[in-house]
Amino acid sequence: MSEKYLNRIMIALLVGLPWLAHWLDEPYYVSLATRIAILALAGVGLNLALGLGGMVSFGHAAFFGIGGYVTGILASHAFNSEPIISGFMGTTHMLIIWPLAMLIAAIVAVFIGLLSLRTSGVYFIMITLAFAQMIYYFSISWPTYGGEDGLPIYVRNGFPGLNTLQPIQFFMICCTLLLITLWGVSRLQNSRFGNALQALRQNETRVTSIGINPLGIKLTAFVISATITALAGSLFADLNRFVSPTMFSWHTSGEIMIFVILGGLGRLYGPLAGAGLFILCEALLGGWTEYWQFFLGLLLLGVVLFARGGLIGLLSREQKNA
Amino acid sequence: MGAILFLEQCLNGLQLGIMLFLMAAGLTLIFGVMGLINLAHGSLYMIGAFACAAVASWTGSFTLGLVASVVVAAAAGALIEIGVMRRLYQREHLDQVLATFALILISSEAMRWLFGSYPLYLDVPEIFYGAINLFGVLQYSRYRLFIIVLGLLTAVGIYLLINKTRIGMRIRAGAADRQMTAALGINISLIFTLVFALGAALAGFAGALVGSIQSVDIGMGEPVLILAFVVVVIGGIGSIRGALVGAIIVGMVDTLGRGYLPQLLQLILDPVFANTLGAALASIAIYLLMIIILIFKPQGLFPAHG
Repeated sequence: MSEKYLNRIMIALLVGLPWLAHWLDEPYYVSLATRIAILALAGVGLNLALGLGGMVSFGHAAFFGIGGYVTGILASHAFNSEPIISGFMGTTHMLIIWPLAMLIAAIVAVFIGLLSLRTSGVYFIMITLAFAQMIYYFSISWPTYGGEDGLPIYVRNGFPGLNTLQPIQFFMICCTLLLITLWGVSRLQNSRFGNALQALRQNETRVTSIGINPLGIKLTAFVISATITALAGSLFADLNRFVSPTMFSWHTSGEIMIFVILGGLGRLYGPLAGAGLFILCEALLGGWTEYWQFFLGLLLLGVVLFARGGLIGLLSREQKNA
Repeated sequence: MGAILFLEQCLNGLQLGIMLFLMAAGLTLIFGVMGLINLAHGSLYMIGAFACAAVASWTGSFTLGLVASVVVAAAAGALIEIGVMRRLYQREHLDQVLATFALILISSEAMRWLFGSYPLYLDVPEIFYGAINLFGVLQYSRYRLFIIVLGLLTAVGIYLLINKTRIGMRIRAGAADRQMTAALGINISLIFTLVFALGAALAGFAGALVGSIQSVDIGMGEPVLILAFVVVVIGGIGSIRGALVGAIIVGMVDTLGRGYLPQLLQLILDPVFANTLGAALASIAIYLLMIIILIFKPQGLFPAHG
């Protein structure tokens, strides 16, 4: 089966199955699909930096968490009618929250990217991890927004014309955003910018020698990657109606990386396959044994050691040129 | 009073630093010799602590527990090296990160399976109860002093092993040029297994020692692992000397930062705000330090292959 058909089948399943669950009155499965869509979106963000650009960021939890906390903080100020800065009371409108979350993540990403991209290899992995850990410990020890206990979002934020509290409607929002992002990233991938980025991953010296500035390309990709992951974080906060420092933890960074790798590194739909497999593992194995992460670990180890194309590579039997 | 407290904080910082060194020495050796990022190093720390707690409660002997922690962690390390790590040496760092992340999931759940979700407590022998009088002015925990001394002895032992013995010479040779060393007839894969087991044993030993101050539980290796990575990066990846200096710096900055930053900030800020900000800043101080060092010295303080 070619990768193209596989991708279409995945999209059809993602869009179709929740409606079936909705029709059968099984909201649990709708929210499961919503989680898949959101986590896949976070993975699509990381895949841009990791799969296309070869930047092994072990700190994308920072952006995921920033998305979540911006959402939680804006909503809690609006709920309590306390101004954040004079005159601005926060908001519960997703259409205002998303751009703000993405903007703030982008600003942080420019800062982190500028400093981290000075290094490479192991040092890049470690410095991105260190930035995420900094934010993690800061969020734990800063008490204004709940500290270690996290911050509840009492009512899910609103979207004009929709009732976001209804699972299927919130699912449609998340799914649509995922599809738009996938389309956008596919356009980006085949653009001049995308080609330059992928060429940089393969041979930085050559790309530099033909007059392309590597830092500019890499930083741009890093920032776009961070904003996508932040959008996912914002949706994740609304899904759970709760944000906590866990969103910043290095386990979260590791999990986002797992989505990308399980599905297939550098493949556009890889994160969707990976997040789907991850959540299904959690739901199926988690119902069977409380030690499901043991088997997740074995699965991940197997994929890394023996199936380097991930799930999509395994199913489509198509080699991806490195 | 202030000076005594300061001295005590310094000793606590030294104790943290020494423990971090035991972790970081293994990490940096494994990276320097095999070029491998091992996230599962924290799991070996945890395995050592569990082995110590189990054997100590079985036999009633803390000493036997310590021996068990070293033996079990070394065995687990050798097993992991032969089973998994060998396949990863030629791979990208990304694969190494993911495979060892998978090992963390596997070993944490395996420990939960074996020992349950509740933390275990380790009792130290009676002679380490209470405090000892140092320099006539300071009452300091006997057990912490014991850890400092034992850790320093281990550090000296590692130094001698790497720099003064034949096996150490082979390890250094393997780090400098793997192929040439193998061509000279040295069994390099045996050296790799040995280095990995040695690093694992040090981590397990540190886990057992710290497990008696805190509790022995599933996630105990992870905060230490990340601190140890900070140490390794600050010191320069692959450098034992860098690991020692980095560990002491990180231990001191973390301990003194938590002790004194809130008070220092109170001099210039409103007390309540200063306390909050000071605590928050203290918790991120070492990461700030690492980032600043990496900006000015991207290869760490003591680059191994300069």
